[in-house]
Amino acid sequence: MTDLIERPSTEAVPGHGAPTHGDDDHAHGGDHEHHGPSGILKWLTSTDHKVIGINYTVTSIVMMVIGGAFAEVIRAQLVSPTNTLVTFQQYNQLFTMHGSVMIYLFVGPFAFAGLANYLVPLQVGAPDMAFPRLNALSYWLYLSGSITMLLGFFVTGGPAAFGWVGYAPLTSAINAPGAGPDLWIGALMLTGFSAIFSGVNLIATIFYLRAPGMTLFRMPIFTWNMLVTGILILLAFPVLTAGLVMLYCDRHFGTHIFEVQGGGVPLLWQHIFWFWGHPEVYILALPFFGMVTEVIPTFSRKPLFGYKGMVFATLTIAALSLGVWAHHMFTTGAVLLPFFSIMSLLIAVPTGIKIFNWIGTMWGGNLVFSTAMLMAIGFVVTFLIGGITGIYLASPPLDFFTHDTYFVIAHFHSVVMALTLGAFAGIYFWFPKITGKMLHEGWGKAQFWLLFIGTQVFTVPLYIVGLHGMPRRMAVYPNNPSWQNLNEWSSVGALMIGISTLLFVVNVIQAYRKPIPAGDNPWDASTLEWFTSSPPPHHNFVSLPPIRSERPVWDYNHPDAPALAHGHHETATPPAAPAEQEAHA
Amino acid sequence: MKQESVILLLLGVFFGFIGVVYWGWGHEDGGGIMLLGAFLLGMLPGFYYLWWYRKSGGNRPEDRDDATVADGAGVVDAFPSTSIWPFVLGSGCFFIVLALTFGTWLLVPGVGLLLSALIGATAESRRGGNV
Repeated sequence: MTDLIERPSTEAVPGHGAPTHGDDDHAHGGDHEHHGPSGILKWLTSTDHKVIGINYTVTSIVMMVIGGAFAEVIRAQLVSPTNTLVTFQQYNQLFTMHGSVMIYLFVGPFAFAGLANYLVPLQVGAPDMAFPRLNALSYWLYLSGSITMLLGFFVTGGPAAFGWVGYAPLTSAINAPGAGPDLWIGALMLTGFSAIFSGVNLIATIFYLRAPGMTLFRMPIFTWNMLVTGILILLAFPVLTAGLVMLYCDRHFGTHIFEVQGGGVPLLWQHIFWFWGHPEVYILALPFFGMVTEVIPTFSRKPLFGYKGMVFATLTIAALSLGVWAHHMFTTGAVLLPFFSIMSLLIAVPTGIKIFNWIGTMWGGNLVFSTAMLMAIGFVVTFLIGGITGIYLASPPLDFFTHDTYFVIAHFHSVVMALTLGAFAGIYFWFPKITGKMLHEGWGKAQFWLLFIGTQVFTVPLYIVGLHGMPRRMAVYPNNPSWQNLNEWSSVGALMIGISTLLFVVNVIQAYRKPIPAGDNPWDASTLEWFTSSPPPHHNFVSLPPIRSERPVWDYNHPDAPALAHGHHETATPPAAPAEQEAHA
Repeated sequence: MKQESVILLLLGVFFGFIGVVYWGWGHEDGGGIMLLGAFLLGMLPGFYYLWWYRKSGGNRPEDRDDATVADGAGVVDAFPSTSIWPFVLGSGCFFIVLALTFGTWLLVPGVGLLLSALIGATAESRRGGNV
């Protein structure tokens, strides 16, 4: 089935009321009243970016729950020094699969494929992604990769046990025999191609399908971040995929690329892996930077402070991220310490610009502490903790001291838990747009406080125990009361995080059992996705507003508000809170 | 399209610069080659877009500050609303990857699904529809 899609030919007129979305009389060209298959057939055959985005989002959240369950078992094992809840090998498998599921199957796909799939075409005024069938293929490869990775639990010998980074020679056929490691490699190949296709689609959509007047420097920051993420994906993921092919050849075809015995270089794997792995950190982070950059101005009732600064900070982070890969390899003694240390420290500058811009946006604003805003503030605070401790690790002498200790685990988890807070900021912000229903603010705020406090209770003891020298990836540890106490606190934090996730599930069930209609724009937000109905019709728009700034929907809904020019940030009169917000406050 | 090309070219120039510094300083081939690849991945599409911008001789409505909705009116493209072939192709890839672990016999359904998807998607494209 093919739809010939036309853009609307007339503009919605500011000050003349909201357009009647979904009304067939307003359809211009394309079949906005879509009568395609339903049920399972819709799920299997849809090429609509919104359906695919929801598929990605739901699947990745399921992966988060699975990966989170692994984490809870790990933390239960570490509650006492010589616990026997799991064997050493099972512990190795658990931390490998926890990291792999969370990094490869949750954080990245949720952001650059889930919400981005749903939102980028809407934010640029496009009817769909540029390559809808390639987009659907990306999802099926991602789902296949997820199943392939989890299949490791059902084969003899169990799943991979060499850590999510798969260092050589731990991954050799001798050190890691069995089907589990091969399934891990296969899963990463499938999800890697899925990511590459998503990157191609994001870039093509943003370059070719923007609405008239939507110049690059009028795009929402989330879309900007997704463009840069797409570029990073294309630079980084092919390197990992090539490395995986080499690894598979080492294991099965007698090559010795990463094996010393045949003249290979194990350290080459680390170069290849981290050439993907450090940009990957920003492939994971940039989408969430984008999400909170949409949330904070909306709930500060102000334009974003420093729009162009944000864009250039994003581009700078992306550029620098390709030159820092070996800061993960300082203790190998075989990398250029000054080069990688300088490049790593430089990343703090654009990241700092972003943090100051978020604070500058809130400064003097009329703050509305919705769940999305709380999650966004929680993101900024937690990311700041993770970022500052990352600066320590960029310094070789400090890195030598803390390498492979729980300090590194704590730093990394401050960062990824910040991303999780950012993810929930995005979910609470866009859930009304995606479903047409509001999430309950009371449940949401309870979830936020449990998640935010739980994150700090989880990570702060790990920083301390790491500085005391506790090594990572150990199922047991010396019988030291101080270490045990700190580990107990960390496990309590992990439990709080787990319970907070359950509150979210309850909130979603509640939203469907007792739905409260969201309306088209419940937050009085300013970007283009809020101009169409909730949920949007097939091919998204029946009409478009004139686009004269990076806040076209604000301009449309508030024609008497001061015009927004770059670098000119006037605080407009805060609008009355929509009725839906009142109902949920 | 000019701004898009400038962004890609600047990224390419940066990767080229740090590639030269890195390789000249550390003489480490693996990282040097990967930075060379990054340099090319910035420059090649960057120059293509620049060439394309100059050849097309002007700004598109989405590149103009003053463009109106009417300027961009008309057919965007033909978009497939539904297609089973991505699912079939993904399933084929799934079986091929499983064949790497569980045995080459899985290549039979894998390659079969892959070929049928390629033929089906191609036939679907001939009837009209984006990739």
